[in-house]
Amino acid sequence: MSARVSETTRAGLRGHPGRIALVLTGAGAVGLLISLPLGAVFYYALREGWAAYFGYLLAPDTRHAIGLSLLAAGVALPVNTVFGLCAAWALAKFTFPGRRLLISLIELPLSISPIIIGVGYLFVFGLQGVLGPWLDDHGISMAFNVTSVVIVTTIVTSPYVFRELLPLMLAQGTQEEQAAVSLGAGAWKTFFRVTLPNVKWALFYGLTLSFARSLGEFGSVAVVSGAVRGETNTLTLQIDLLYHDQVQTAAFAVASVLTSFALVTLLIKTWVERRESVDSP
Amino acid sequence: MKRFPLLLSILGLAATVASAQTEILNASYDISRELFAEVNAAFIPAYKASGGGELTIKQSHGGSSRQARAILEGLKADVVTFNQVNDVQLLADNKFVAKDWAARFPHGSSPYFSVHSILVRKGNPKGIKDWADLAKAGVTIVQVNPKTGGNGRYAVLAYYAAGLQAFNNDAAQARALTKKILANVVVFESGGRTATSTFTEREIGDVLVTFEAETLALASAPGSAYQVITPSVSVLAEFPVAVVEKVAAKRGTAAVAKAYLDFLYTPQGQEIVAKNHYRPRDAGVAARYAAKLTPVKTVEVDAFFGGWEKVTKQFFDNGALVDTLLKEVAAERIN
Repeated sequence: MSARVSETTRAGLRGHPGRIALVLTGAGAVGLLISLPLGAVFYYALREGWAAYFGYLLAPDTRHAIGLSLLAAGVALPVNTVFGLCAAWALAKFTFPGRRLLISLIELPLSISPIIIGVGYLFVFGLQGVLGPWLDDHGISMAFNVTSVVIVTTIVTSPYVFRELLPLMLAQGTQEEQAAVSLGAGAWKTFFRVTLPNVKWALFYGLTLSFARSLGEFGSVAVVSGAVRGETNTLTLQIDLLYHDQVQTAAFAVASVLTSFALVTLLIKTWVERRESVDSP
Repeated sequence: MKRFPLLLSILGLAATVASAQTEILNASYDISRELFAEVNAAFIPAYKASGGGELTIKQSHGGSSRQARAILEGLKADVVTFNQVNDVQLLADNKFVAKDWAARFPHGSSPYFSVHSILVRKGNPKGIKDWADLAKAGVTIVQVNPKTGGNGRYAVLAYYAAGLQAFNNDAAQARALTKKILANVVVFESGGRTATSTFTEREIGDVLVTFEAETLALASAPGSAYQVITPSVSVLAEFPVAVVEKVAAKRGTAAVAKAYLDFLYTPQGQEIVAKNHYRPRDAGVAARYAAKLTPVKTVEVDAFFGGWEKVTKQFFDNGALVDTLLKEVAAERIN
């Protein structure tokens, strides 16, 4: 019924000047605001030819920056998976006082600016901070090194998996788990055979978002990294650095790597969304 | 809690890497990457040849105030090579750097210096020869905001010094010249590099006033569309260096850190400095680069203006000379 209505509406609007104007505006906005800058990244990256392009990418500092970003993502993703699953499971399957507050707290990194997370981190772990001096006395350094970059990236990306899982788990309710338990399944078996398979696509989707975000993170990492070349520079910091060094082609070359990662993530995300809609009726 | 095993393994890895050989970190200002890439490439073999062993030098670059802040918060830099005396002083006040740091190395611990010069578009269409020409009607200037950046402060002091020199130390005349020049500034940029981009990429202004290290680099690039005008008088800008004693003592790098900074004063180090458009302290090297780094009369902030504290009060604080002059300029424009 509704399909037929929309068909007729669509037919009526075909060729309508308003429709054409809307489509043109939409396409223009996408072209101007997204495709053009995206295209520019690759255009400028390859301005000096392929040899120069790969030369920039294979420079030791740049290779290291790619490695560090992947390391940060590599730590953040499993941590986010475990954390997101535990938190979403506990908050979806049980009710207890303070539940809403806890949800807001977990989602806090989404709503506050990353730079505040960075500065807050220094407030705790910096040498002028709360724990920093004590840690320093014991020979542990938690600021301006790889550790701080990895932890801050993990904090910033921590809500993504949780956020994808929670609404789904809430919607699914606890009937299937109750059925499993009543049929004699233990807690772990229930989790791995019932709960986890039910949310696998949402989990995967959350992970792709986490991955994209951890590679793209700039503000918080800029605060805690110390920008040591070949040591604590992530991909985004390396782009910023090269850009300000006036080696702009190199900056664009590195940016094209980040863009490519993002595009691949986007493809995976689209594919997952399709799987998700196929799996859940 | 679950984050800790991962953390510890990362820490452990970092520790093994660090113990394999000597490593120092040089925290520097944001536009010194090429300079120190060359310095490091020369120092590492020299250090090894003198029996020092394998050495790795890491670089961190950023605005020098930001770098100082990071060191206070725990960035493990063994040496600092800054472009602001205040920022080293901040580290000294917090006991990261020796109290008498300025006396630890020659020339006030500033192994090289720069002056402010004038960059014009090729052919010098406005016929600029010295600071006084910047006061002419119709000349447009790009410089750094003296309220927010050291670069801009040196520019204003240079205008004022030029006024004093031209008019026999008449402060009223120097003030008038400074005002006329400031009236011609079309963009006050936040930092040195953004000022450069405004002049070169947005093509705003007839004149860019910034460090000579920057103007010479722009003018000597292949196919450059600019040329440098070296003024008759300018203010000497120091580039102070210091060993971060607190970090170096803990890491056992005090000796190599000192050797590294000493190297900047050697003829080889001074040669690299001059090649990168900074002015060397070594007279022999300076003489060899005189064609590029043309001799200029310099005045020092301490000796000539009575130090930064006094200068800040007189020129740059809220309501001080720069504010007054800009207010007057704005008022005259309306009338």
